[in-house]
Order: sequence, then structure tokens, then C-alpha cells
Amino acid sequence: MGAGKVKLGKRARSESMWGYLMVAPTVIGLLVLNIYPFLDTIKLSFSKTLPFGLYELRGLDNYIEMFTSAEFWRANLNTIWFCVLTVPIGIFLALVVAVMLNTKIKGRTAFRAIFFLPMVVAPAAVAMVWKWMFNTEYGIINTILMHKINWITDPNIVMITCAIVAVWSAIGYDAVLLLSGLQNISKSYYEAASLDGATKLQQFFNITLPMVSPTLFVVLIMRLMSSIKVYDLIYMLIEESNPAITSAQSLMYLFYRESFVQGNRGLGSSVVIWTVALIGLVTAVQFWGQKKWVNYEV
Amino acid sequence: MNSSLKRAGRIRTAGVYIFFILGSVLMIFPFVWMFLTSFKTVQESMIIPPTILPEAWQTKNYSDAMASLPFLSLYKNTALMIFWRVVCAVLFSSMAGYAFAKLKFKGKNILFSLVLIQMMLPSQIFITPQYQMLAKLGLTNTVFALVFPGIVSAFGTFFLRQAYLGIPDEIAEAAYLDGCNQWQTFIKVMAPLTKASMAALAVFTAVFAYGDLMWPLIVNTDINMMTLSSGLATLRGQFSTNFPVMMAGSLLAMIPMVVLYLIFQKQFIEGVAMTGGK
Repeated sequence: MGAGKVKLGKRARSESMWGYLMVAPTVIGLLVLNIYPFLDTIKLSFSKTLPFGLYELRGLDNYIEMFTSAEFWRANLNTIWFCVLTVPIGIFLALVVAVMLNTKIKGRTAFRAIFFLPMVVAPAAVAMVWKWMFNTEYGIINTILMHKINWITDPNIVMITCAIVAVWSAIGYDAVLLLSGLQNISKSYYEAASLDGATKLQQFFNITLPMVSPTLFVVLIMRLMSSIKVYDLIYMLIEESNPAITSAQSLMYLFYRESFVQGNRGLGSSVVIWTVALIGLVTAVQFWGQKKWVNYEV
Repeated sequence: MNSSLKRAGRIRTAGVYIFFILGSVLMIFPFVWMFLTSFKTVQESMIIPPTILPEAWQTKNYSDAMASLPFLSLYKNTALMIFWRVVCAVLFSSMAGYAFAKLKFKGKNILFSLVLIQMMLPSQIFITPQYQMLAKLGLTNTVFALVFPGIVSAFGTFFLRQAYLGIPDEIAEAAYLDGCNQWQTFIKVMAPLTKASMAALAVFTAVFAYGDLMWPLIVNTDINMMTLSSGLATLRGQFSTNFPVMMAGSLLAMIPMVVLYLIFQKQFIEGVAMTGGK
């Protein structure tokens, strides 16, 4: 008995030693690469950028400057507008594609692969070809529509252009996630409903939608978060010399320009902190709202 | 009755096919148009109505794109960035994921909360200080700089911890009784059981590293140290009106990943479906 105890103690000690050794790279990495930078960004947001990479604590100056800047509020509006334009339509279309992919037809793997394709192409390349297709004078889209629409330069239209490209890019990814949710629904529900004479549409609203709602919720949260953080597509479509830039500039685009083009890292950090707060708020609202529509039964 | 049901089924199938064929055209057309434009002259690209096929398939746009961007370096930088990020993410996340799931040690929950905190914060909040660290060390414009934010992966750690939680404790116990020490149990017995999850994490890491734009743009400003994505952004500035050259450049930038995708299509999609929701 005594010997067993000693042995167990030795084993527990070795286990805990290995535990520390094995989490060490990750924990050290997180502290250096994430936790310290997170705290530093908070500090920067209260600091003024001086020449030679120096900083000076300045209290709320950056936040006051940010909250009184029209460009900042415009970026908020643009970001929200972008989310409104992309998230509901994007998720609806992804759900339609996922439901279609869930039917038993030949070639569904090929169709799935095609819809997923934009995901493996860098957003930079995706933006380039859409920029060309949306070109006012020579773009194929205006040629087909037989109208000279200023897709990229008209401040009232530019966000719609960005939204079209964003929805097109994300549809396959979201559909693949939703499809895995759909495939978890037991066939027996549909068989029972068919016997009861339910139409396909009734089956969709009474079986599919409630059963897939947890996946739908995950996709919604993820899509909202990444839409609030949108940067690369807009950056590639709308260069800084574009007259429509203030109508298309998202919060993260503003952050990039303030921090790394203007060199005003203090103000840039305030913009990031604000964006994080916004993401937190939106996510909290979603988690609160999910009780009303997400079905975790069964 | 029965035949009308069958007919309804057939009509539905036809509808699904029409939907998919139209959708596929919408998804593929931009790439076809990119390909066709990349072989046209600037003059031809501006003809109204546009020609569908190039009048002469000329490759000057490709040589122009390669003359203004060092594509070989871009391929190399992008490949190295992806390689090291994948190796780091899979290795360190496996180790930490295993320890968090299966080993007992003091402070485990506090340490794991670091992982959760990182996952909740968007990556942009780390960028400025990360850049300043590298700048202070004089390490901007290096491959290391490209890999830097991806050395550890909080998401990977979380994801592989889930994978290890799904493996019964008895398996590790049996290995231990067979005389394996903790490290051998991990490497020889447990890690091979998470192959599918490791592959999914690798695909996920690679796809997102490849598409990342803001970080490479900030940290490597020397054109020879850029990635394909940030290089394209530079090309956009140089040839703002010459779309055929931009299409050629975009095509050169997307080809390696698309080829990999066509070969490993199933792994790509399943990998993303598994890691889904991040």
C-alpha cells in the first residue's frame, strides 16, 4: 500500500511535468504574441504617437478625437451597412445551396466543389477579377446590363458592389458548414412527415429549419464577426485614391490607414478597441436572441 | 397518383439541376473571364462589345506581370509562410491540446483560459504591438515576420483538445501500462488517433495564411519578401488601368492553391467543415 502510494506520487509528478512542458510553447506564445499585445493595444489607445516610435500617455485624447471624427462615424455606418447587405442574404443563399446539396442527385460533390472554390482563392485575386468585371467603361457586367453604372466609384453604389463580391466569396464556405448540420438530421423525421402528408415546404419549415438552427446560429455568429472585421476585399476593390473611399471604408480599413499609412498608431488602436467592443456587443445580443429561435432539443 | 408523384419528383430534380447549373456558371464565370482577359492585349480588353476569346492568345501580360513582380520569390515566401505556420500550428496545438485534455497539472484551467481569451479577440487587436516587436528586433522583411503571428494557434489548441477529449482514457492508460512514458504515449499512441483533426487544422491554417492580406502588407514592404496576396496589392497600384496584366498576375497567384484544391478537394472541404464555425 505504501509502495503504491509512492509510485502514484511519482507518476503524478511526471504527469504534471509533462503537462507543463507540453503546454509551454503554446502558453509562452500566447503570452508574447497575444496577451501582451492585447494589453499594449489598450495602452496605445490612450497614448500619443511621437517620432522615433515613442509614445506618451495622453488619457482619452484619442477617443475624443475618434468620437468627434466624421470619418470614424462614417466607417461605423459603412461597416454596419456592409453587414446588413451581406449577412442575411449570404446566409439565406448558403442555406438554399446547402439544402440543394443535401438532395440525392448525381454530381453533387462536383457542385459542392465549385461553390467552395472562391474559398481557396486569395481574396486579393478575387477582388481583382471583380474589379475588372465591375469596370464602368469596359467591364462585362455593364456590357451585359447595357448601362454605365459606376460600381466602384459611385459613393451610393460602392458598398453594394463590395457586398456582392463578399456574398459570392463566402457562399460555398457557409453552405459546407450548413450542409454538415443538415446531414445530422435523421431521415426518419422526413419519412414520418411524408406519411402524414406534409409537403416538402412544410417539411423544410417544421423539420429542417428547427433542426439546423444550432448550425445556423454558429454560421451567423461567425459571418457577423468576419463582416464587422471586413478589410481585404474592400481594400483591394477601393484604392485610397478612389473618390468613393469614405463611403466604402470599413472600421478595419480605417484602422489600417490610421496605424500604418498615417502612422497614428494611438488613434488606430482606439479604432480597434472600439471594433472589439462592437463585436462583443453584437455577439452578446446574438447569444441573448438565440433563445427565441435556436432549437437545442432532440 | 403514383405516376404524378413520380413526375413531381422528376420536376423537382430538374429544378435542382437548373439551380446548380446556373449557380455553377455564376461561380466559375469570373475565373473564366480572368483567364480569357489575361491573354488579351489592353486594346482588345477595351473593345465594346468585348470579344469572348482573345483574337490572338498572347502571353505578354504574363511576362509583364512577372517583370514587375518577382513571382518566384512570392511563391517561395508564401510557401514557406504556409509551411511553417502549418508545422507550428499542428505540432504545438497537438502538444498543448493533449496536455489540456488528458494530463493533470496545477493551474491547467487558468492556462487554458488564455486560449479562450485569444479566441474571443479578433486578430487585428494584436497587430500593432506584434509589428512593433518585430520592428524593434529588426526582423521585418523576413520569412520569420510572415510566420510570427501564427507560431501558436489558440484555435488549433482548442480544436485538438476537443479531438483528444473524444479519445477514451483507457487507451492512454494501456500504453502507460505497456511501459510508454508520457511523451511516448502522446507521440506513438494518442497523436496518430487525431490524424483527421490534424489534417483539418493544417488545411484550415494553410487556406487562411494564404489569403491573409493585412499582416504581410504591414510587415514585409520589400517587394522580394512579399506574399502572393500582398504582391497582388502592389501590382494593383502599378497597373491600375491595365486589366489584362492584373488578370495574368491574379491567375499566377491563385494557380498553386487551386491545383492543390483540385487534387485534395475532399480533404479541403472536410477540413473546413470540421474546423467550421471559427
